[in-house]
Parts: sequence; C-alpha cells; structure tokens
Amino acid sequence: MSRWADSARDPSAALDEAEVGRIFREESGHSVASLIRVFGDIDVAEDAVQDAFAIALRKWPREGLPPNPGGWITTTARNRGIDRLRRESRGRELLGELAVLSSGDDDRGEFEEEGPVDDDRLRLIFTCCHPALSREAQVALTLRLLGGLSTEEVARSFLVAEPTMAKRLVRAKRKIKAARIPYRAPADHELPDRLPPVLAVVYLTYNAGLASTTEPSLCPEAIRLARILVALMPDEPEVYGLLALLLLTDSRRASRTRPDGSLVLLAEQDRRRWDRALIEEGHAIVRRCLRRDQPGPYQLQAAINAVHADAATFEETDWSQILALYDQLLALAPTPVVALNRAIAIGEVEGPAAALELVDALDLESYYPFHATRADLLRRLGRPSEAAAEYERAAALAPTDAERDFLRRGGRAAR
Amino acid sequence: MTKYLLSTHTVEDETRESRTEEEMRELGRRVGTIEREMKSSGAWGFSGRLHEPDTATVVRVSDGEVVTTDGPFAESKEHLAGFYIIEAEDLDAALGWASKVTAAINAPIEVRPFAGFADEPMG
Repeated sequence: MSRWADSARDPSAALDEAEVGRIFREESGHSVASLIRVFGDIDVAEDAVQDAFAIALRKWPREGLPPNPGGWITTTARNRGIDRLRRESRGRELLGELAVLSSGDDDRGEFEEEGPVDDDRLRLIFTCCHPALSREAQVALTLRLLGGLSTEEVARSFLVAEPTMAKRLVRAKRKIKAARIPYRAPADHELPDRLPPVLAVVYLTYNAGLASTTEPSLCPEAIRLARILVALMPDEPEVYGLLALLLLTDSRRASRTRPDGSLVLLAEQDRRRWDRALIEEGHAIVRRCLRRDQPGPYQLQAAINAVHADAATFEETDWSQILALYDQLLALAPTPVVALNRAIAIGEVEGPAAALELVDALDLESYYPFHATRADLLRRLGRPSEAAAEYERAAALAPTDAERDFLRRGGRAAR
Repeated sequence: MTKYLLSTHTVEDETRESRTEEEMRELGRRVGTIEREMKSSGAWGFSGRLHEPDTATVVRVSDGEVVTTDGPFAESKEHLAGFYIIEAEDLDAALGWASKVTAAINAPIEVRPFAGFADEPMG
C-alpha cells in the first residue's frame, strides 16, 4: 500500500519534507491521472508516484525545486514505473502492450516534462465516482487518487481504522479492474447521471471536514477539488454552484464553533468574523449563475447562503428571498430535508405555528436537526416542556459531542 | 473485451406467473428484440431461463461419499432465474445492455464480470 506522506522521515529536514509533501499533494492528482492512462493500471501509477515522492524527498531539499515540479513528478514517476514493470515478468507483458515504449523513446530523461493533461484528471474523477462503486468507495478513491491524501489521512478523515480504509481502497480498485470500469469522461448526454455523484463526493468531503474535529483540512481539500471541477467543466452551472456553496459555507466556518468546540447558531454568530474574501468570491459565482439561469440544487443552496451572507445582522436577513429560493429548491429536490429547511424559513416569515405544522408532517424521526427544529419552534410557541423533550431527542441523535452538549443545554451556548 | 454475466433472480413466495398471457407475449417480444440486437452487435454469448429453484438438485462430497439432495444450493430466498453471457468493451457497455433488459422485463439485473472462460487461460 503506497502512502507517500509517510515515507522516509528525517526530523532535520522536517520543514523541507512538509513542503515537499504539500507540493506532492497538490500535484499528485495530475501525475496519477496521466500515469493511469499511460500504464492502464491504478496500482502501477500509484506506486510510481510514490517512488517519485521518495526521490523528491532526497533530491529537492538538496538541489532545490525543479522549475516545473508537477512535470518532474510525472516524468520521474513514469520512468520509475517502467523500471518497476521491467523487473516483474507480468510487468514486462504489460509493458509490451504499452504504446509508451513502441516509439522507442524509453531512454531515461528522453521524456519531455509533461504539463498537466486535464483530460486525465477528468477521466480519473469520473472513474473514482462511477455509480457502480459505493459512495464510501467513491469518496475514498477521490481523496486518495485525485486529492493525493495518504491512506492514513483518508482513514482518519472518516474515523475508520487505516487497515479498514486500505481494504476499502483495495476492494474498489479490484472492482474497477475486474469489472472494467472505463477510464474515460462521460459524453454530454451521460452527464446528468454521472455528474451528481461527483458533486456529492466533494460535498460529502466538505461536510465530513465540518463535522470532524480531527480532520478540518477536509474543508479546504473539498474546496480545492471543487476548484478543479470548475476548471475541468466550465460549462456546468451546478459545478459552479457547488464551489459557491462551499465558499460561502466556509466563510462562516471559523465563527460556527466556540473554542470549546460547541456550535454557534447562525443568529448568534459574530458576523464580523465571516471571511469577506470567500463571501465575495461566492457572491460573484452566484451572480454569474443567476445570469446563466439554469438553476440546480447546488446553485440554489449557494444563493440561499449568499442571502445570509448579505445580512449585516440576523434580524436583517431577507427571509422572504430565502423562502422563495427554498420553494424553487423544493420543486427541484423534493426531499424531507429540504422541506425541513423551507419550514424553518416559513418560521421566520410567518411565525413558528405555521412552521411547526409543516415540520410535523415530515417523516424525519432519525434526523437530529428535525428534533432540534421542533424543539426551537415549541420553545418559541411557549411550550417549554415539549421543547425540552425534543431537545433531548435531538441530543441523543447528534453526531458530535459539541452538538450534543449544545442541544442538552436547550440550544443555548455554554456560559 | 470482457465477458459479463447478466443475471435475473426470483424471490421465493413472489409468484412469477402473475403475468397474463398477453403480457408474457409482449415481454417475449421485447426480450426477443434486445437479443437480436445483442446478436447483431456481437455482444451475445449465451442466454437461458431456468425452471423454478425447487427443480434443482445438489450433489456434494461428504466423508468421501457423494451425497445427492433435493432443492437449491443457496439457502437464501433469492435464486438465479435466468442469465445472459455477453461480451462488452467495458462496464458501461455491459450496463447499457443490462439497462435495456431490466426495462424490458421489469426486474433487477446483476452484472458481474467473468474472471476467466473455458477457452482462455485462467486469469
């Protein structure tokens, strides 16, 4: 199992190593993607890039960064991959089939340093997020292969043991190979089926970062993946919608928890701490989406977040605008969770009684925000004992200690 | 090219014979159209429909003796009902055929790659 972030530890070169690791994480998606095309095999490509990382750890601190680190990694990894395959008899068979050697340009150093071939990364993400793979496998493969995270980092992000994650990755790669999941980007007419899992994987990655106290770096990681998708699929409005949604959500990340990890409600957040640069970037994308006028669930959620970001105080929130956006969202994505969020907006526009009536009609017994919402509405309606019982139900279902504590205090911050 | 098994399954206690004769003929026509398409495109390898699982017999070796028992092997409620063996460029192509068959017969199809075939070296 290759884990390039874990090789060759040398404390004296800690800073350089961290920098080399960072560059590798940035660039490895490109390299792995183009080497999968070259070698036709995910494991060979991964191992080759791992080898290149080990070489970079030795060379770069001594000789300095090559002018084009990404190209250096791909070229070095390709040479190492060919060396590795030559040493194995099955590898020699594989090499025999490879176009890469047929032109006779296999001499070390003869390869031109490769620039990014974005088509390859597009192929890679659609292979990783193929609907024949489970959502768990899709997320793990995407973070590992496209995001360049080590198996251990992916495991930690999803609170599973490393061997469990390693097994999950091995199994997914075996299925790709055995069932011949193709390494290609879908045609335009296939995109309506194939794009949603890709967007869901990135969104899930972001939310895992938001919920995780151990791996908040998944949030910037998801934003990085969303930026890659925007660059790869500039014609897809929902890809922009996803990026805007993540940017706008992320603008509030620092103010949504207290130092002790407890949650701060939107109404109580210190809006001066919201990241204006992220908000502006998110807003600009939302405006562009509006002009394009091909709304989708991610764009609408981004627009809702943009309205929140516009309000200088909670009281100034334009709830009728938010309600109108939820109406559109519910029409496109008629799920109980969307209906719950729309009911919350109704609660602000028409009052808690109207909202409670809508909420009570929803079947979301095992979804803790359902109980937290009911609790809040009951409290506002002056029914404190029912509210307390609902807060307790919500707390029992909440995924993190911070949220549990928050709900046990009746939705109020610790003093 | 990869060979795939496309299989349909019956669930015990769910009667298969609930279709009218006219519906069965219509289903037969739809499936026939897909099979002709499979054959003309070179994807078709073999296909068949099975009798009910209670017609099955299992043979096994136990303590060196061959023992024959009545009934299907799998203890589950789902049993193989019919299958296609097709050859396809990749999983997407195989899933394309499976989509057509599932739409025609209105039952789920499992798509599974073959690891090897009698006329090929074991892979």
